[in-house]
Amino acid sequence: MSNLMSGSRMLLECLSREGVDLMFGYPGGVTLPFYDCLFDHPIKHILVRHEENAAFAAEGYARATGKVGVCCATSGPGATNLVTGLVDAMMDSIPIVAITGQVTSKLIGSDAFQEADTFGITRSCTKHNFLVKSVNDLPQIVHEAFYIAATGRPGPVLIDIPKDVFQGQGHYTPVHSIHLPGYKLVTEGHSGQIRRAAQMMWEAQRPLIYAGGGIIAAGASDELREIAETLDAPTVCTLMGLGALSSSHPNFISMPGMHGSYAANMSLTHSDLLIALGVRFDDRVTGRLAAFAPHAKVIHVDIDPAEIGKNRAPDLPIVGDAKKVLPKLLKSLQELQPTMQETNSPSRRAWWKQVRDWKEQHPLAPVFSADEIKPQHLMSEIDRLSGGEAIVTSDVGQHQMWAAQFIRFHHPRLWINSGGLGSMGFGMPSAIGAQFARPDKLVFSIVGDGGFQMAVPELGTIATHSLPIKIIVMNNGYLGMVRQWQTLFYNNRLCSVELECFPDAELLARAYGFKGRTIDKPSELTSALQEAIREPGPYLLNVKVSPYENVYPMVPAGGAINEMVLDNPQPVAVPAK
Amino acid sequence: MIQAISILLENKPGALMRVTGLLSARGYNIESLTVARTLDPTLSRMTIAVDVEPHLRRQVIKQMNKLINVLQAVDLTDGPAVAREMVLLRVRAAMESRTAILKEAEIFGARVVDSSLEGFAIEATGDAEKMNEFIDVMSSYGEIEVTRSGLVAVSLEAKKLRLSPPIPAGVEAGRTQPKDRNGVLNA
Repeated sequence: MSNLMSGSRMLLECLSREGVDLMFGYPGGVTLPFYDCLFDHPIKHILVRHEENAAFAAEGYARATGKVGVCCATSGPGATNLVTGLVDAMMDSIPIVAITGQVTSKLIGSDAFQEADTFGITRSCTKHNFLVKSVNDLPQIVHEAFYIAATGRPGPVLIDIPKDVFQGQGHYTPVHSIHLPGYKLVTEGHSGQIRRAAQMMWEAQRPLIYAGGGIIAAGASDELREIAETLDAPTVCTLMGLGALSSSHPNFISMPGMHGSYAANMSLTHSDLLIALGVRFDDRVTGRLAAFAPHAKVIHVDIDPAEIGKNRAPDLPIVGDAKKVLPKLLKSLQELQPTMQETNSPSRRAWWKQVRDWKEQHPLAPVFSADEIKPQHLMSEIDRLSGGEAIVTSDVGQHQMWAAQFIRFHHPRLWINSGGLGSMGFGMPSAIGAQFARPDKLVFSIVGDGGFQMAVPELGTIATHSLPIKIIVMNNGYLGMVRQWQTLFYNNRLCSVELECFPDAELLARAYGFKGRTIDKPSELTSALQEAIREPGPYLLNVKVSPYENVYPMVPAGGAINEMVLDNPQPVAVPAK
Repeated sequence: MIQAISILLENKPGALMRVTGLLSARGYNIESLTVARTLDPTLSRMTIAVDVEPHLRRQVIKQMNKLINVLQAVDLTDGPAVAREMVLLRVRAAMESRTAILKEAEIFGARVVDSSLEGFAIEATGDAEKMNEFIDVMSSYGEIEVTRSGLVAVSLEAKKLRLSPPIPAGVEAGRTQPKDRNGVLNA
């Protein structure tokens, strides 16, 4: 069975077969034939206001659902604008497929209008990329792209399609099998290693589970919880892993790393066994690598063999999908439980007491003030109102760290932020993707005044679709994290970090046709947030917070993670005006 | 230290760029690189010599194996292997030294591939160290011009090639089911 159709039509057929119902994009010259086919096709296309945000929105969609997000851009500038989003997805292992138009095959290499070497440019930004040479190759390539994006360690895949391939006619036969002989997937995990891991876990005196984004990508949160409960081990979740174990779970400690809690970092430093699940020993978690978890043996479970031993050599590596490895690990733990549970129980009890003491000595406690809104106050109020159930997206910087410290997430896929790449302007477009994916959910987009202004055009997209996103601008008038570093490490010489002009939020929101407001008094905070939540449509809440607040605890770059700075150095630094 | 890697890769557009791009992105220096088709015209065999810290050697191989077009990447530094290099050089030789040059070439097992009034073109193969010596000796006779092939190597033990089998395509084939993969959707 085959029938004659255009490349554009084939592409839509394949997207439908992959279960795509929504894509984010921006049309242009060479993608015109595709958009012409899209005109009467059931796949919904969301027109964003900048291609970078199409990629971010696709990421938001993927992060909120686990499905592959799809974005589309034209050749040349359209494709180059996608690049930041692709790298962002690469760093955080988010499955997206990007479709870009390319100039007509015959013109490739001639410096044609809106030509860029997209295939070459995006080679290092993607898990894999394709340049389609013939319309007959298109179906195979599209299915391969989705398969590569979604399986193994997920990531972005780009398909570059010349205009003549969109227009060309070919006989479409549904693809029934994909053959990628060089795509090596290891998912099951070595059973002997898993049994040894269970043994080590019972033998440890100070075990600590260190869980990351891999758990969320694998959908293995339930398994993680059961392992944490069976072993009764304290658990830290990385920035990418927040929500993998509910923040209200008694075994959850908090986030470790540069701005992690005292308890989390001290636990890592004193543990004798790290059970590292779906993490990559990122420098923002480990601090000075040589001083990271110096007393610990390491069990490292990861789906990507290249992560094993990349930064920290494990004592026991297990390559596999957490969804497959963790149930086996749990079973092994349960088998050994009757004989081994009591092995080290006195030292385990002492370990728990120690961890709880650390938590009590230096808790992540919000700071309040009577006359200005402290950013920590803002986050803890959002936390209270969301009750661990709202989707929260963020950019990168101070607001991201405070949100990660103070907002609880009772489920995976609620906390959506640019972790590895740290892209400003990520919060608003990713909230668009997340809200489309989860129309039932309350979505907060917490952004800084810097990142907000990078993503401002997307207010148009939000307004067009009346997306009920609550945009909370944590406005301290500065590029806060850079300002913090200048204050602490560059003698408070504040250079190019002050954002002197910020638009009137009420007027700006009204210009787009929705409600907005600016507040600066602590007494207004709760009611303003409640008003935003009650509003059926979008809401822009500009919260003026104290400008010179710094994020603590902080591990200075190059420091060991137990060498945290817990509070402002005295006297408190104030910028020279 | 120099690590010799043998890579079997699919002969697809951009495959070479993926390998070299990965090496440069991860900060490894390429000393030499050779590539040519294998008996199977859809595949190429590549030998790369990279300058890499000993503790990063396994990481290089793992990163290579992650590339979808790479069917197999093997560290030849690990096991028994033979490595050779080819040198083609042109030496300008005065009449009185021509006999000596030919003798010298014979010692190195090199072959004269062209002879003219100006001098000789000579080809030689051997391990890198021997080739360095050969070039040194030849340069003592006069002006030379050298082209080296870079390292070509073959492992002396058979390594099993593990290839992924074909899998069904499309969501309806029950492959990547987002709803199975994630516990919260439609929760």
